[in-house]
Amino acid sequence: MAKAPLSLDELAGRYGPHLNYLPPGGWHGNSGHQPEKLVKTHCCFCGQQCGIQLKVRDNHVIGFEPWEEFPFNRGMLCPKGVKRYLQGNHPDRLLDPLMRTGEGFRPAAWDEALDFTARRLRELQERYGPDSVAVYGGASLTTEKAYLMGKFARVALGTRHIDYNGRLCMVSAGTAYKGALGVDRAPNPWSDIPAAEVIMVIGANIGECAPITTDYIWRARDKGAKLIVADPRFTPIARNADLFLPVRPGTDLALLMAMLHVIIRDGLTDRDFIEAHTTGFEKTAESVEPWNPRRAAEVTGVAPDAIERAAHLVGESRRAMLMHARGLEHHSKGVENCEAVVAIALVTGNIGREGAGPIMVTGQGNGQGGREHGQKCDQLPGQRSLTDPAARQHVAGVWGISPDELPGPGYTAVEIMNAIHSGEIKGLFSICFNPLVSLPDANFTREALERLEFFGIVDFFLSETAVHADVVLAGSLQEEEEGVTANTEGRVIHIRKAVDPPGNARTDSDIVCDLARRLGRGQYFPFREPREIFEELRLASRGGIADYYGITYEKIDQQMGVFWPCPTLEHPGTPRLFENGRFFHPDGKAHLMNLAWRESGDPVDAEFPIYLTTGRVVSQYLSGAQTRRIGALVDQYPDPKLEIHPRLAEQCGIRAGDWVTVTSRRAAITLEAMVVRTIRPDTVFVPYHWPRDRSANLLTHRTLDPRSKIPEYKVSACRIEKAAGPPEWARERRPQLAQGGRA
Amino acid sequence: MFGMEFYVDPSRCIGFQACLKACEECDTHRGISMINFDFVDRKESIASAAYVCWHCENPTCAQVCPADAIKKYEDGIVGSSLKPRCIGCSNCVLACPFGIPKLVPEYEQMMKCDMCYDRTSVGKRPMCATVCPSQALTYVAPETIAATRREKPVNTFWFGNQKIITKVYMMAPADAGAIAIDVADYTWEGEHEVVPQGF
Repeated sequence: MAKAPLSLDELAGRYGPHLNYLPPGGWHGNSGHQPEKLVKTHCCFCGQQCGIQLKVRDNHVIGFEPWEEFPFNRGMLCPKGVKRYLQGNHPDRLLDPLMRTGEGFRPAAWDEALDFTARRLRELQERYGPDSVAVYGGASLTTEKAYLMGKFARVALGTRHIDYNGRLCMVSAGTAYKGALGVDRAPNPWSDIPAAEVIMVIGANIGECAPITTDYIWRARDKGAKLIVADPRFTPIARNADLFLPVRPGTDLALLMAMLHVIIRDGLTDRDFIEAHTTGFEKTAESVEPWNPRRAAEVTGVAPDAIERAAHLVGESRRAMLMHARGLEHHSKGVENCEAVVAIALVTGNIGREGAGPIMVTGQGNGQGGREHGQKCDQLPGQRSLTDPAARQHVAGVWGISPDELPGPGYTAVEIMNAIHSGEIKGLFSICFNPLVSLPDANFTREALERLEFFGIVDFFLSETAVHADVVLAGSLQEEEEGVTANTEGRVIHIRKAVDPPGNARTDSDIVCDLARRLGRGQYFPFREPREIFEELRLASRGGIADYYGITYEKIDQQMGVFWPCPTLEHPGTPRLFENGRFFHPDGKAHLMNLAWRESGDPVDAEFPIYLTTGRVVSQYLSGAQTRRIGALVDQYPDPKLEIHPRLAEQCGIRAGDWVTVTSRRAAITLEAMVVRTIRPDTVFVPYHWPRDRSANLLTHRTLDPRSKIPEYKVSACRIEKAAGPPEWARERRPQLAQGGRA
Repeated sequence: MFGMEFYVDPSRCIGFQACLKACEECDTHRGISMINFDFVDRKESIASAAYVCWHCENPTCAQVCPADAIKKYEDGIVGSSLKPRCIGCSNCVLACPFGIPKLVPEYEQMMKCDMCYDRTSVGKRPMCATVCPSQALTYVAPETIAATRREKPVNTFWFGNQKIITKVYMMAPADAGAIAIDVADYTWEGEHEVVPQGF
């Protein structure tokens, strides 16, 4: 049974989250000594994957030093990067596998924990069929681990249900780019950004979620570029915007269609480019024809002449970039939103050149690399389709199995949780995923987890989700295993191992390969180190869209990263896609789409009249399983707050610092009000990094985009009212501080 | 670092506090940040500003120090207080026109930014300017600033009648000459001369 043990408080006493402030040995202890070595690697947080040097002494990471030679960030880091080193020596680290007991967990030997996991997974499959167990992966894993999880699910377990937390992140953009351009990658290296004349940022809190990209945009402005920002909130990047478009949550598509309308109406299109390099222009033109700026203004709450100005700024430039992230993707029409951005770039010929292109800004650490090599439910390595017979033949050949043994496509991440809830899926094996915090409608997720007959998880901290597990296998941090990731540009970079996992913890790939052996499939998992996994991945991706065949660890080090596709060892890699106007579809053309307006899945009405949108803050990362344990990052933003405009606050009798109850159609939570003029008056914002009764995802809904299957986090309906007093979580306040840290 | 200067541009600041966190990690004052950071008025705007010590040519903090605990080095850097001399009187804290020095109770000593003397004196950039993701804090050659930025570096400040020239530069609108803080300096009070204004 996967119910949480009764003694949650006892669990918190041992497993945290505690706040770690101090490097190993304290500020004035051993840490003052010089490091034995500086390890050049990358930050574990966010898709930027900034270069960083870790200071190492006595198998501990004791601090960091900027890595100024790495060209992407040239030493720049955000607070998360500066403080990430505090995880390795953290008192919450899991040092042994844990087995569930009546009251909690007990440390166990590896043989016992792994044999039990293998036996339970096989028992369920024998009883209920191979697809009765599912695998969850994650996009903070190295690409080797992500590849391994896809192979583990399909070859070791033989289930078709494998998906990953990137389903909550990039998939709308991925689906749109693959459909329109034939490839799922941002087309430009970031070094192209300062050459842009116009930059439009829509649904991307660049400042807080892709921090160092700010410098690229500011450098473009230094040269005179115009900046357009479209967002329900005046995010930090908006402070220097030439044009700010306060778009109502869930209505980006209307704004983008109206921009297309103006661009086509006023003859700002690049007709030669459209003629030579695209198909489907008439479909797009026809679908945006009714969307004049006046109509869009009523839907979006953006003034008609502001829409006209934005369309003209972008349409009149041949060096325009359109950058977008989760704010555009987390919608039940997330794919259409991204298709509309790509369409603006295509019809104005703004693609395939320096300073010109649609740019998806990746969110998770290995958000790009983690979605290229078979961790997705419908995908094989190299961004190949699992339903393509040639792809199945190729990958089955590399793996030494028959194509017939390869399962077909399975459920996506939220669908897997739905199937657990309905009883169709009985067992779950998960790594690098904290769905209890990160999936929408958290009460539903908890109910589902409690219904699992077996739940095994690999983690380095006991996350809120791991509390529900039968077995927790003590895994590794990013800096404890070598590998590669691909950053937001599609630049494949080298994660170097800095230290060994502490205590009896083991590296993730070692755990997964050992489990495969105990499932009787060891012959397909002979890997002794990540390099051997990478060598097989190179072959498996060969000839695919995300072709890694020409990439080696040594080449990455020599070139400071290699952009895929890189089909041969002599090939330098491909920083910029579509340079010759040739796209990745068999016809070589970009495909423009029909765009259709839909309402959101959780519409506002008289009972729930306010828009709720969710997102990140700069000092926290994803579900917070890592960053809620780092003292300095928690101090910067300790608890979720409700951002609310003074006009709405006044209507509701709410003042700054009041406790406010936010109620959606699913749940209610109580938070402190932060009254700011930097948000639309019809919208409130809550960041989502916190668990349980502080969790924004108790409020969100499970409506999915029909194609990408991304949840609609960015727009829910809610009502708000002043609360009588602080909620229970605020009365309890912080857990005790670790290592005698400062308050 | 030879040939490099420090520039502060609050209009680039996006409030991440990477500077503050990185400053804590510096080997000479581990765990204590020397960055002065604030949101200007979070209710009204997202504007934020991070500052280091301005390293005055004629440092007020050193002038008012009764214990002679604050030294300016040959290269123009004004050091943090000298531990054996500082008596924790807070004269400097009160006198600095920029509000930079802080009394650190646990050390009973004034501490402030020394522009990472341990780093800059051996050819490295200061920690804050190295990590700053928006380069609101930046440490580069004057030619680089002139070639890449539209704003103009200014290092003359008027506080009422006190003129202060600093080693650290503030990035100001291109037509700015000096930066004056006293509103009275902007008012027209007849035909007598006022401090020349850039904006």
